[in-house]
Amino acid sequence: MSVLVIAEHNNQHLNPATLHAVKAAEKLGEVHVLVAGNGVAAVAEEAKQVAGVAKVLVAEAAHYAEGLAEELTPLVVKLAADYRYVAATATAFGKNLLPRVAAVLDVPQISDLTEIVDNQTFVRPIYAGNAFEMVQTPSEKLVLTFRATAFEAAATTGGNAEVVKVAALEAQNISRFVKRDLAQSDRPDLTQANVVVTGGRALGSAENFKQILTPLADVLGAAIGASRSAVEAEYAPNDLQVGQTGKVVAPQLYIAIGVSGAIQHVAGMQDSKVIVAINKDADAPIFNVADYGIVGDLFEIVPQLTEALKN
Amino acid sequence: MKALVAVKRVVDYNVKVRVKADGSDVDIGNVKMSMNPFDEIAVEEAVRLKEAGKVNEIVAVSIGEKKCEDTLRTALAMGADRAIHIEADTKLEPLAVAKLLKAVADKENPKIVLLGKQAIDDDANQTAQMLAALLNAPQATFASKVELNDNEVIVTREIDGGEEVIALNLPAVISADLRLNEPRFVKLPNIMAAKKKPLEKVALADLGVETAARVNVVKVLEPKARQAGVKVASVAELVEKLKNEAKVI
Repeated sequence: MSVLVIAEHNNQHLNPATLHAVKAAEKLGEVHVLVAGNGVAAVAEEAKQVAGVAKVLVAEAAHYAEGLAEELTPLVVKLAADYRYVAATATAFGKNLLPRVAAVLDVPQISDLTEIVDNQTFVRPIYAGNAFEMVQTPSEKLVLTFRATAFEAAATTGGNAEVVKVAALEAQNISRFVKRDLAQSDRPDLTQANVVVTGGRALGSAENFKQILTPLADVLGAAIGASRSAVEAEYAPNDLQVGQTGKVVAPQLYIAIGVSGAIQHVAGMQDSKVIVAINKDADAPIFNVADYGIVGDLFEIVPQLTEALKN
Repeated sequence: MKALVAVKRVVDYNVKVRVKADGSDVDIGNVKMSMNPFDEIAVEEAVRLKEAGKVNEIVAVSIGEKKCEDTLRTALAMGADRAIHIEADTKLEPLAVAKLLKAVADKENPKIVLLGKQAIDDDANQTAQMLAALLNAPQATFASKVELNDNEVIVTREIDGGEEVIALNLPAVISADLRLNEPRFVKLPNIMAAKKKPLEKVALADLGVETAARVNVVKVLEPKARQAGVKVASVAELVEKLKNEAKVI
């Protein structure tokens, strides 16, 4: 029995998040990818070339275009009859859709898993990453979401999967897409970036947040993140939040600037390879997880660091 | 219209839990317990909908041991009208909780069901979606704005990279994100008044729902500890270490 991975896409491109689910799913069996959308030939073509994908199922209908869980669930449930696992990456899309699928299938879902021990044993974080539970289930069918940072991305080339059309099901019409506003940014995606520069409440204002962090992020080619308090103070938009309730990141280098290091924040970045903390409070908990720390005024240190890195 | 709000009693969000030495579970004896923060936001939203005249009754429901009563009293003090406590001694999986909530919803017929997007103990982020599926109702997860009309609810959702707006037919299930609102502080007179509000007890067995565990915890593990780092004295030293020691720039 094989794994059905639900592709995340915008009808034009495959979201790189899906590549992590493909890589993880390979450990469980033959990987098939479902591309459900509208006008998705290009996405199917990308999915076909992903290393490790054996088959791409393509379902096209206007009501699949926006990824509404109400519309996708009956399709995924129908296809799930042929699979032991239904899986996706634990993004907003995956988290929204998969529990609905699991409930209709009446099978358990295991969320955000970080390790596959064997076909029915998995590890996942609980309590904001302060503990991990190893769980085992006798269930013959399972729904899984994978934590992206715990699994590498599958290569975007090297595959040559068979592409098969599957029939769309009737529209449910109980929900309706209105609009989507995506923040425009030239920066790397927060969850995929090699370097992340994160600002906290100590930045003091939205202007400072931008003025202090942007030059440093530019020089490092980094994505910009924010602590919850910086988001709540409206220094940064919500989608930049790193932590238990925001994004989970694991870059090569994570620079926390004016971030105290609350449990909920650390939950989202503690798997970073190298953590740097810049904070004027020598007792801030962030120093307990930082590989390198500087105690001092961020308004002096960050511009100095930016200058030093330019050379 | 009637609103149903589901609340969970969890370890307070400020507590850093420890794994028990035998790896059987986390140690939550003698730690502070509170209403799950996301559920508090769900209750607040229901109360605001009532204050705006869109909702006329709020029913709060919680499932678990006897002390869940405290959590329900908090919801009542915030403005819920009555509460239902489904008494259960064992930890229940999200799918079992969703089935129990469906049983309550079938009886109460709410037009809108509000939940937190995830509980901060199991971090599952499943129950609202599962409940919506079982009710065959539409869902709006990770809600940051809710506009309730007579026939539909328009919800702004937090998604990766921004936000989106969807409209749902009623009845609908909504899960609250942190940005939805700021829960009110409960005042003493409201706490006193909440003690007089109805709190119905329901035995798990009476709901006729199969809740046996299907996923077993083999063991609970400590997170991999990070090596203690060093404090550097200057920016020059930091750059030197990042370049030559950590080799990340």
